[in-house]
Amino acid sequence: MTDKPLLDVRGLKVDFLTAKGLFTAVKGVDFSIGRGEVLGLAGESGSGKSTIALALMRLHRPPAIISEGSITLDGEDVLAMTPERLRQWRWSSVSMVFQSAMNSLNPVLTIFEQFRDVIVRHTGVSTAEARARASELLALIGIPQSRLDDYPHQLSGGMRQRVVLAIALALEPKLIIMDEPTTALDVVVQREILQEIVELKRKFGFSILFITHDLALMGQFADRIAIMLEGKLVEVAPSAELIANPQHDYTRRLWSSMPLLTRA
Amino acid sequence: MQQVSELLRIEGATKIFHMKPMLGAAHEVVALNNISLTIRPGKALAVVGESGSGKSTLGRAVARLFQLSSGTIAFKGRDIAGMRSRADKLDYLRSVQMVFQDPFSALNPAHTIRHHLERPLMLHKKLHGAALNSAVEAVCADVELDPSVTLEKYPHELSGGQRQRVNLARALAVGAELIIADEPTSMLDVSIRRSVLDLMRRMKETRSITFLYITHDIATAQFIADDIAIMYAGQVVEWGPPNLVISTPQHPYTKLLLSAVPDPKVKLDGTGAKSFASEAQAVRALARKTSPEVMEVQPGHFVRKFDTV
Repeated sequence: MTDKPLLDVRGLKVDFLTAKGLFTAVKGVDFSIGRGEVLGLAGESGSGKSTIALALMRLHRPPAIISEGSITLDGEDVLAMTPERLRQWRWSSVSMVFQSAMNSLNPVLTIFEQFRDVIVRHTGVSTAEARARASELLALIGIPQSRLDDYPHQLSGGMRQRVVLAIALALEPKLIIMDEPTTALDVVVQREILQEIVELKRKFGFSILFITHDLALMGQFADRIAIMLEGKLVEVAPSAELIANPQHDYTRRLWSSMPLLTRA
Repeated sequence: MQQVSELLRIEGATKIFHMKPMLGAAHEVVALNNISLTIRPGKALAVVGESGSGKSTLGRAVARLFQLSSGTIAFKGRDIAGMRSRADKLDYLRSVQMVFQDPFSALNPAHTIRHHLERPLMLHKKLHGAALNSAVEAVCADVELDPSVTLEKYPHELSGGQRQRVNLARALAVGAELIIADEPTSMLDVSIRRSVLDLMRRMKETRSITFLYITHDIATAQFIADDIAIMYAGQVVEWGPPNLVISTPQHPYTKLLLSAVPDPKVKLDGTGAKSFASEAQAVRALARKTSPEVMEVQPGHFVRKFDTV
């Protein structure tokens, strides 16, 4: 069991039913993520990256449908789950940090109330226990617990991003899906947060599906990188290899399209 | 540099916003703190900083979207705040054009690309009929768009990169001498960013268009600019030629910024996470202090004096 990958996706196909007919956004992709591994998923907007992320948690909504393929997480068939099982499973096994996560906090709830919603709903503990857990989580990401009763607008962008990350960690999931988690932040804050994620990952051993269009960042963070083009994975390779020796034409084009900083 | 006069000279520019929120006490925000920079004709100055550093405020001040609290901005030697006549103002607004971050909201969805390019030519150059038509086709071709395909399209039918080209064409149409480009590529897909930057570089090199390029991405600044200015908390902490600033950074904030730029060859292993965070905090506190003194470390390379950590 331990040598098996945590997540295994085979022949995943996601269709959108549109007025003009069927549009296939994800055209049969295969990939897996090992325990404690960071898989980077890169590609331009419209290539189907975020569609995959949503499909993995079965959060895709009509008109999107998963028409083919299988998703197995920790030996369990995700596509066969009942709605009740799905509710328990989401967030406790797989959580997600969304694109522009800073805005995914509810503006009229305090930071604690957002933690409480997740913790109490899934574990049924008392509010006091949830509060203790929430302060523990905040400490983990370096935010003083005095901020627990603040509203999201009272925190800086970087802090909000950390809170979203802490909420994703709340139930100690096995996999965290991060969809462009640092796109809206400046590079210094981005580095701080990524360093923290790496440290937390070492502590808790979760796996990460990391989605971004910033290849340089992905090279720093991911163990393996998958390049996506028009709904297909065109190249999957360990980061160092993909950077040093890109095989696919499109991968090379993506690399050359980014001016990289040259230090004399 | 002495014999060629600057196109734009910003001197002691300060902008204080008086905030009177609906809830809470009124307070002041110093968005620009005593900024002095110059741009030579046909060159590009990149202003690099994080969100909230005041870099966009600087661009907007140059575009004359508001008045400075103190200090001056002079275009070809004339203070822009002192322009009173309608002709002077129009001439300035024609010469200095702005290209914004979001290429979609900058174009009117209800009008064709032809309309977008015709309007500035009619208003500023008084062109009509066949002359107008050929001018529209010429500017369209200048930004490497095919006039026969593009002109009758609506903004939603174009990609982000094509829309940004239309915005650049609009600036060219009126004969802009200075283009203020505020994060023009940050909303574009990576694979087309380079081509828009290339176009801007060609506009600079072949048509002597001057650029004030505002960005958070120091790598693209290095790609396009002849001078680079690093901003933090309303102050320019370091400025000079990109190779000097990037290879021999002096100010702690510049060093921090450069160390945080993702380098694909260096893998993050989580060690030093706490020390990086505390260093970043210390450097921010340091860079936030107002410091009026400036040193020239090498010819053309300036740094604002800072307390040693």
